[in-house]
Amino acid sequence: MNDFLPIFVLLVLASGLVSLVLLISVLFGPRRRARNETKLQPYESGMRPIGPAQRRLPVRFYLIAVLFILFDIEVVFFFPWAVALRELGWAGLLSMLIFIGILEAGHFWLWRRGALEWEKMDK
Amino acid sequence: MLTQTPTPLNEDALKVRVEDVQLDITFEQLKRLVSPRALTGETMLMNMGPQHPSTHGVLRLLLELDGETIVNCIPDIGYLHTGIEKTAEGKTYLKAIPLTDRTDYLAPMSNNMAFCGAVEKLVGIEVPLRAQYLRVILLELTRMNSHLVWLGTHALDLGAMSVFLYCMREREMILDIYEAVSGARMMSSYIRPGGLWRDVPNVFFDLVQRVLDVFPKRLIEYEKLLTKNPMWKDRTVGIGKISAQDAIAWGMTGPCLRATGVKYDVRKAYPYSSYDHFDFDIPTGTNGDVFDRYKCRMEEFNQSLKIIRQALKRLPPGPVMTSDRKVAPPPKHEIAYSMESLIHHFKLWTEGFKAPEGEVYFAVESGKGEYGVLLSGDGTSKPRRVHFRAPSFHNLQPINEMARGQLLADLVAIIGSIDIVLGDVDR
Amino acid sequence: MPVVVEVTLKSAALIFVLLTGFAYLSLLERKFIARLQARIGPNRAGPFGLLQPVADGLKLIFKESVTPKGVDKPIYFLAPALVVVPALMLFAVIPVGKGATFQLASDLNVGALYVVGVMSLAVYGIALAGWASNNKYAVLGGLRAAAQMIAYELGMGLSVAAVVLMASSASLADIVAAQYPEQYGGILGWFLFRQPVAAAIFVIAAFAEVARAPFDLVEAEQELTAGFMTEYGGMKFALFFMGEYVKMIAVSALFTTFFLGGWSGPFVNEAPILSVVYFTIKVVVCLLAFIWVRATLPRVRYDKLMDMGWKVLFPVALANVLVTAVLILLGLPGYRL
Repeated sequence: MNDFLPIFVLLVLASGLVSLVLLISVLFGPRRRARNETKLQPYESGMRPIGPAQRRLPVRFYLIAVLFILFDIEVVFFFPWAVALRELGWAGLLSMLIFIGILEAGHFWLWRRGALEWEKMDK
Repeated sequence: MLTQTPTPLNEDALKVRVEDVQLDITFEQLKRLVSPRALTGETMLMNMGPQHPSTHGVLRLLLELDGETIVNCIPDIGYLHTGIEKTAEGKTYLKAIPLTDRTDYLAPMSNNMAFCGAVEKLVGIEVPLRAQYLRVILLELTRMNSHLVWLGTHALDLGAMSVFLYCMREREMILDIYEAVSGARMMSSYIRPGGLWRDVPNVFFDLVQRVLDVFPKRLIEYEKLLTKNPMWKDRTVGIGKISAQDAIAWGMTGPCLRATGVKYDVRKAYPYSSYDHFDFDIPTGTNGDVFDRYKCRMEEFNQSLKIIRQALKRLPPGPVMTSDRKVAPPPKHEIAYSMESLIHHFKLWTEGFKAPEGEVYFAVESGKGEYGVLLSGDGTSKPRRVHFRAPSFHNLQPINEMARGQLLADLVAIIGSIDIVLGDVDR
Repeated sequence: MPVVVEVTLKSAALIFVLLTGFAYLSLLERKFIARLQARIGPNRAGPFGLLQPVADGLKLIFKESVTPKGVDKPIYFLAPALVVVPALMLFAVIPVGKGATFQLASDLNVGALYVVGVMSLAVYGIALAGWASNNKYAVLGGLRAAAQMIAYELGMGLSVAAVVLMASSASLADIVAAQYPEQYGGILGWFLFRQPVAAAIFVIAAFAEVARAPFDLVEAEQELTAGFMTEYGGMKFALFFMGEYVKMIAVSALFTTFFLGGWSGPFVNEAPILSVVYFTIKVVVCLLAFIWVRATLPRVRYDKLMDMGWKVLFPVALANVLVTAVLILLGLPGYRL
């Protein structure tokens, strides 16, 4: 636990700093009572927005995000392996190759299916 | 929070409040403009402009976006409408010239030339050869001026910010020339019906020579920064394509038309101001995409330099203003001893010269395309009707054709590549 | 002195140094980029414009804090914090000099993993800021941020994995030490030379990570006005700004640690304080490279960045890890510990 103590302290201090900065602007900034509707409108190049901004998003973002989570978790596995490779030797490499083989098979399958083609996914 | 259902658009979404002056579209109008998918809330309607960094002034584009893919791009103009055409009707022919500076304010000399050319055609004025050659030099410098601002802003739009400042640095040399000849750095009003306001000062030749010496080197720098940069090509090749037929049908002119492979240039097709005396090429493209428009304009820099060199070499001596005293004011020293000159001077500066009844159209090739002036005279010293055929307006029209199906980032490249000036679009 | 007090003092000092660094980095950027663009840059506030950051900060403090209508308030205020805090926390594991004195969490043996993890946290701040702002530009910017993270994160993780492989340790202090084995003196031991592919991938990913040109898609001014921070003004904007710059320093520090031999240099054994100087010099060089690139290159389109991430960076980084592993197991010179 002691290993993580500095990180925890830094987290507390950094959060404190952010709160302080936000507080400062509230304390020192002018507070204008006469606020009109237009001033608080979301900015859209000076025009009144048509339709909501928080809306349903294209599904391809979710698809890519799911793919990413899959592959990113697998990248995490590389770290302990990388630390220990010199002890594991060729056997370690071989098992990693099998792991990567499965990983890349999936990657190339997605690639060929066009799941990575950003523009084609519109159709 | 992320599982929102599509929010359909309806009349409520557009309800106009009395105090809300910004919304200028009714639901009925909107329905005709956008696809049905926008009304179900599937695609997003987003305003780009009038207050937006890359719409080159106050162009407003109502975008229908599917993610970031553009489904529809509806231009809305008029935010810089200044009524220049109408104002010109109330001015004498001479006094209307400063108005023309303010249409395409990045190429004032071209506008001066178009208007003066139209007046000269209507009245029937012969312009001395020296004035014609000097006009050619200034017009080509103006083309470079216009293209420099285009290049800078276009590159800035695509994120290459340094090019913008380099272009402004080079433009300074041209503005210095404007200042030397006319006293003003932007709104020159230097070209007048019948010739030029006055002969160029001696420093003019040094300043032009500086441009001729420095500019080719700088052009190589731009090519290094942009033309040969694969990232630049990534952003421009194949983007915003338009076919030659479409371009002609929409009335596109200038580099935008030439990029599609059509070799139309007013300087060659209907030569004015002795352009037929000079040897130059008209660069054309093949694909009509952003990159070809870019290449065309870059090559036009070279051609402009070529024309300027020829005109400087063959510049004849002589007057720069027609000797017709009905149009051109007499020199000051004549007024002192000639009664007739005094009367001419008085008439010209009060009433102005009269143009005959009739209608003329005169076009020049400005940096942006065919800049035409339709002038209708009614026998008085003021025009009955003035109309400017603004190249920016015509080049902007097919933006929906060019942008549809492309990404938001490409739209920025397209707007930059068609080189609009809103003062020219709205007039 | 109890450990907690010592750690707190060191953390406070670190944050102070970083904030000063951020302020003067913004000035450095403006000055340097001005020079590259044939301009002078800020020179009005103080000698050589040295007080410019102070003036900027004061100006922002005295700005009204406007909260636009329709924003998702808790998230709207949380988002800047989510950008700044991870950026600051990255420094917990970076050895800024020789010995435990100059490394906050010197005992942490999973430093590299911590770095990769904490670094990607900031994207939540950006994505959430975009979403909470109730603004279409911001939403698009936030989505871009999410897509962008996905594009480079895999390549970056694997390039760090290659470094870990070389050092056989995920502790950043060990990684620095591994770049100076006895047999190669001087800079040839740097992983920049022994792992050039990983270094190249890390650089590309780093530009995307801090969302700076040519990958500044999330705040692409010409496309999305200010992207995710369109609705943020005053000190809230300043926090995003701070986050970006602190992260730029952090990424430069990481590149220095991973590939440029960290704090090492001549005579560090005799005078340990020199190590901090070397480290600072290397970081500043990296920062200047960041600024130089910003002045030079046009912006990449975001779908091309995605393509590059998935189809170039990820496979190449993966192949690099495998090749490195084989070379290490073969015990080739240059791949021994």
